[in-house]
Amino acid sequence: MRRVNPVYPFRRPAELARGHGTAPLVVVGAGVVGLTLALDLARHGIASVVLDDDDTVSVGSRAICWSKRTLEIYDRLGLGQRLLDKGVTWKVGKVFFGDRLAYEFDLLPEPGHRMPAFVNLQQYYLEEWLVEACTASGLVDLRWKNRVEEVTPRADGVELRVVTPEGDYRLDAGWLLACDGARSTVREALGLPFLGKVFRDRFLIADVLIEGFAMPAERRFWFDPPFHPGQSVLLHKQPDSMWRIDFQLGAEADPEAEKDPARVAGRIRAMLGPEVPFELEWVSVYTFRCRRLERFRHGRIFFVGDSAHQVSPFGARGGNGGVQDADNLVWKLAAVLQGRAPESLLDSYEAERIPAADENILHSTRATDFITPRTEAGRAYRDAVLLLAKDHAFARRMVNAGRLSTPHSYRESPLSTPDEEAWAGGPPPGAPAIDAPLEDGSFLLQRLGGEPVLLVFGATSPTLPGVRSLSAPAEGLAAERWDARPGTTYLLRPDQHVAARFREPDPGRIAAALERLWGRARGEGTLR
Amino acid sequence: MSAAEARPAPHDPDALFVRLVRAHRDLSPEESRRLDAALVLLLAEALGDPVRLEAAIAAARAALGKPVEPPEELRE
Ligand SMILES: Cc1cc2nc3c(=O)[nH]c(=O)nc-3n(C[C@H](O)[C@H](O)[C@H](O)COP(=O)(O)OP(=O)(O)OC[C@H]3O[C@@H](n4cnc5c(N)ncnc54)[C@H](O)[C@@H]3O)c2cc1C
Repeated sequence: MRRVNPVYPFRRPAELARGHGTAPLVVVGAGVVGLTLALDLARHGIASVVLDDDDTVSVGSRAICWSKRTLEIYDRLGLGQRLLDKGVTWKVGKVFFGDRLAYEFDLLPEPGHRMPAFVNLQQYYLEEWLVEACTASGLVDLRWKNRVEEVTPRADGVELRVVTPEGDYRLDAGWLLACDGARSTVREALGLPFLGKVFRDRFLIADVLIEGFAMPAERRFWFDPPFHPGQSVLLHKQPDSMWRIDFQLGAEADPEAEKDPARVAGRIRAMLGPEVPFELEWVSVYTFRCRRLERFRHGRIFFVGDSAHQVSPFGARGGNGGVQDADNLVWKLAAVLQGRAPESLLDSYEAERIPAADENILHSTRATDFITPRTEAGRAYRDAVLLLAKDHAFARRMVNAGRLSTPHSYRESPLSTPDEEAWAGGPPPGAPAIDAPLEDGSFLLQRLGGEPVLLVFGATSPTLPGVRSLSAPAEGLAAERWDARPGTTYLLRPDQHVAARFREPDPGRIAAALERLWGRARGEGTLR
Repeated sequence: MSAAEARPAPHDPDALFVRLVRAHRDLSPEESRRLDAALVLLLAEALGDPVRLEAAIAAARAALGKPVEPPEELRE
C-alpha cells in the first residue's frame, strides 16, 4: 500500500482580475491549526479566507498522538467520533533500558469519560477531515496554491501580497491569523525573533507498513537498545497497520545518507528481526527546537500553533498545543468581531497561551535533555535513573521519555474570578471542565461549549441574560468530580474552561463573573 | 523511634573515605560515573531536603573554585 495524498484544486481568486480585494479575516496556513481555527470560526458563524502555499495535506504522519483535551475540542467541532472510530486508542506506555523493561505506565483511564487519554492518528487524516468540514460549512474560502509573500501591518488591518500560479494580488485583511508553521513567513516579515533552545541531535522518523504485526497498541520507548546501541527509539501504532518509528541518530549523523531507504530498512530490520516483512512509507530526518515568540499578538496579527512556538516531539505537545491555542482564540475573536465583547478581550489570548507554551516548552525541553544528554555527567545520571527505576519509585518518577500532553490550566487568567469559598476538589478557575456521564447516557462535556454555560448542581438555575443554564444532579460521578453540593454553580467559558465557581447560584456574583469572562471587568471594585 | 535510630553513629572519616573508593574497585570509568550518579540520587532521596541539597551543590562547586550557577546555556 502506498498512501496517495489528496490534491486540492487551485481556483482562480476573483481578486486576480482587479489585482486587489479585502477580507475581514484571513488565516495564513491550512495546516492542522489553521484549519481548526477556520472550522471553529465557522461554527461561530464567522467567515474566513484561508491561504495555503501548497495543495495538499501533511506529507507523512507528523503529529500522531492526539490528547484527551484535543479530542474533546474536536468533539465540540463535530469530528470526535470520527477520530475515535479511525484512530488507535492506547493507554499503556513501556520504557526499556538496554534489553530490559525499566518502567511501565498506564494512563489510567478511569471510566466515565467520553474521550480516552490518547488516540493515534496520522496528521494527514485529521487535516483531510478538517478540509471536508470547512468546505461543508460554506463559510471557509480555502485557497490552495496561494502563497503569502509580503505582510504589511496597518493600524486597522494587515496588507498582504499573495502569489498564485496565475499571478499576484493584494489582500487587505481586517485580522490576520498566522498559522504558517515553524518557518512562518508572517513572523519573518515582522522580523520577530524566536527565544529558546536548539537541539543538535538528529532524528530519523519513519512510517512503516507492517501487516499483522503482533505488537500491542502501546507507546514503546527504548534507551540504548541492543538493536540501536547508544541511542533511543520510539514506537507508536497508527491506523492502517502503519507504525511510526523514531530513531535518535546523534549530532554527527549525515541527514542525506540517513534517508537512504536501504539504510533505513537495515535499521528497521535490526529492530523487528529478519522474519518480519515491512514496507517503508515515509522517511524524514529532523532536528528540533524548543522556543517561542516573545508576544503572540501584534496588533491585528495573531500567531497560532508552530508559528508561535515549537517543541520537541517527546510528549506530543506540538500538534496538541496548537489546537488548544485555536480553541482559546476563536471564541474571543468571534465575540469581538460580532460586537459582543471589547477588543481588549483579545489580549487574554497571549496572557493565557504564553504560559501554556512555556509549560509545553519546559516539559519538552526536560524530556529532550533526558533523552539526548549532552554531557558525560548528563548521561551518567540518566543511565543511573533508568537502572534504579526497577526497584525505586522515586527514580521511576524521574524517567522522562516525554511527559505526555495535558491541558494548561489558566491559573492567572484575567478572565477568571478567584475562588472565595472553600473547595476540596473539582476544577478551579482556569482549569478545563472534567467530563462525567449524565443520567441520559450522554456526557457532560457534550453539553458544554461554544457559549458560556452555567452548570448548577442539585438546584434550579437562576435565569440570567447571556448565559445558558444546565442542571446536574448533586449526587453521582459528575458531582463527585466537580466537588459539588446542592447549589454548587460553575460558570464555564465557551472553550469549556472554568471561569468562576460558587457554592450558591448568586445572580449578582454570577453576573460580575460573566462580565469578567468577556473581558469587561473594570478593576477589583466592580467584582465584589 | 529508639534513641539509637534517632541519632545514628557518626561516620568514621577514614572508613567512609575507604568505603566510597572501594565501591568503585571493579568498575570501568563509565561504570564508576554511573555508580556515583546512582549514589547521589539515592542520597538526595534519603536526604529529602531540597534546601540542604542546594547547599551541598553550592559547597561542592565552591570547593572546585566554581560559581554556584554555571553560565546560561546557549540561546538562539
Ligand atoms: C517530521 C515532523 C514530525 C513531527 N512529529 C510530531 C509528533 O509526533 N507529535 C506532535 O505533536 N507534533 C509533531 N510534529 C509537529 C506538528 O506536526 C506541528 O506541531 C503541527 O503540524 C503544527 O501545526 P501548524 O498548523 O501550526 O503548522 P503546519 O502543520 O506546519 O502548517 C503550516 C501550513 O502553512 C502553510 N504555509 C507556510 N508558509 C506559507 C505561506 N507563506 N503562505 C501560505 N501558506 C503557508 C504550509 O503549507 C502548511 O500547510 C512533527 C513535525 C514534523 C515536521
